[in-house]
Amino acid sequence: MEFNIERVAELARLNLKPEEKQKLGKDLGAILAYVQKLDALDTKDVEPTSHVLNMENVFRADEVKPSDAAPKALKHAPQTEGPFFKVPKIVHR
Amino acid sequence: MTGLCSLTFKEAIGIAKKDGVQPILDAFQKRAQALNPKINAFLRFSKTASAHAAGALGGVPISIKDNICIDGAEVTCASKILAKHVPPYDATVITKLKNAGATLFGQCNMDEFAFGSSCETSAFGPCRNPWDLERVPGGSSGGSAASVAADMTLAALGSDTGGSIRQPAALCSVVGVKPTYGRVSRYGLIAFGSSFDQIGPLTKTVEDAAILMNILCGHDPKDSTSSPEKVPDFTQALTRNVKGLKIGLPKEYFIEGIDPEIEKSVRQAAEVYQKLGAEIKTISLPHTEYSVAVYYVVAVAEASSNLGRFDGVEYGLRAPAKDLREMYFETRDRGFGHEAKRRVLLGTFVLSAGYYEAYYLKGQKVRTLIRQDFEKAFKEVDVILSPTSPTAAFKIGEKAADPIAMYLSDIFTIPANLAGIPAMSVPCGFTSGGLPIGMQLMARPFDESTMLRAAHAFEQETGVYKKKPTLN
Repeated sequence: MEFNIERVAELARLNLKPEEKQKLGKDLGAILAYVQKLDALDTKDVEPTSHVLNMENVFRADEVKPSDAAPKALKHAPQTEGPFFKVPKIVHR
Repeated sequence: MTGLCSLTFKEAIGIAKKDGVQPILDAFQKRAQALNPKINAFLRFSKTASAHAAGALGGVPISIKDNICIDGAEVTCASKILAKHVPPYDATVITKLKNAGATLFGQCNMDEFAFGSSCETSAFGPCRNPWDLERVPGGSSGGSAASVAADMTLAALGSDTGGSIRQPAALCSVVGVKPTYGRVSRYGLIAFGSSFDQIGPLTKTVEDAAILMNILCGHDPKDSTSSPEKVPDFTQALTRNVKGLKIGLPKEYFIEGIDPEIEKSVRQAAEVYQKLGAEIKTISLPHTEYSVAVYYVVAVAEASSNLGRFDGVEYGLRAPAKDLREMYFETRDRGFGHEAKRRVLLGTFVLSAGYYEAYYLKGQKVRTLIRQDFEKAFKEVDVILSPTSPTAAFKIGEKAADPIAMYLSDIFTIPANLAGIPAMSVPCGFTSGGLPIGMQLMARPFDESTMLRAAHAFEQETGVYKKKPTLN
């Protein structure tokens, strides 16, 4: 099974060291080869599972309640400024 | 001192209410801290081990897998990407335990993000099996199982996505229950595979598990997947009466590759049930052999989505970088261990354009076939009996280099997660080398009562759970 590790790592936003790339590429190829045993089954007329117990959507009333989540969340952030999460520059000029 | 630590949860509650909980807390503090350097079951002990002796639990200590949020206490999922992270709220199960009067004692080691069957992928060192320190305790809730087995805590919470409560329970000779999907709120459980994850207890006895199930189960408006199904009193189910109970032995679970001593032990358990008046039937779950393949498509897909949130922006680790894009890549490279990377990559791949139908959709279709196997089986029988794990505890490092060999150690536990049904592991014997063997019981959705009744009857008849590891 061909596995383009560079492409997938890019999609997953993961830097990989060269030695990791080789090992992970090999592992993932082997896992996908194992997974191919599913192809032996004819599933043309089978519904895919979307919920194991066929539960209906659960809704709650949309009510405004007091919350201190925002200041608490900011307290544990790596970097903040005022009421915002601060991140490095997105675009270089 | 060891006397107090070897109490069951139920016995300890009785003593705490009569004589106060402090002597119990002191005994556990002493024993757990003395043993932890050897076993590494705990990542940290609670800094505020004050006893809320007022509630139904009398202040007795319970330990928590390190992927369940406790307000103000560090939680890491045994990952460097969350090291030093302090959640600002309690998981619903934590609120319930606090309200019932439990003392939160320690936070348990685990496989990183619950990705593993051995506790070896923890970023903070492997946990060891109290029965043989050269062997794994199982995983991912390895610290929870090892701490209960070694009398370092009275009971513990774990989480189970593909067997992460039951397999370590089997390898350490404790009871481990995975409730029906939706039975226990997952609010505050750091997500792995959202269509599989369930929180459940690891305990010394079935009765202890039933006491905790009474506290943990129930609908929670904060978790949209939590079920409105009524919760019975599970301790009422423990009658020891299994007369007429129909127990199925699935022929696909007794296959080549299973340790003959384990097969023998589970077949002997079936004879015990027969003696007690239950009816044993051989049944078939024909799609069993596809379970691991389905799981390693669907669960990794969900895991890669769930781990997308670890990007260095809002909490946890942030690697210094010149721009935002580089920060994502660097933070995730430094923060995730090898197995986490493997699963994130695999999950990303099976969800990526052009592969979704071949892998993810195919997996969800085969999942339907596996669920239908169980639906048919439960028309014939009330409970299904099988081994929990194909082998006893393996040596640390033995399977670390071969991911597929490691994944196959969950072959008997994964199907219950794929179908959402309740399942548990109960100690049923020992190998000739003295390693624990666990048997698995599975039941219809929301019928934990029948499952617990069958487990309790076997446990009380045989007394296997009374044997403890020697640790000095």
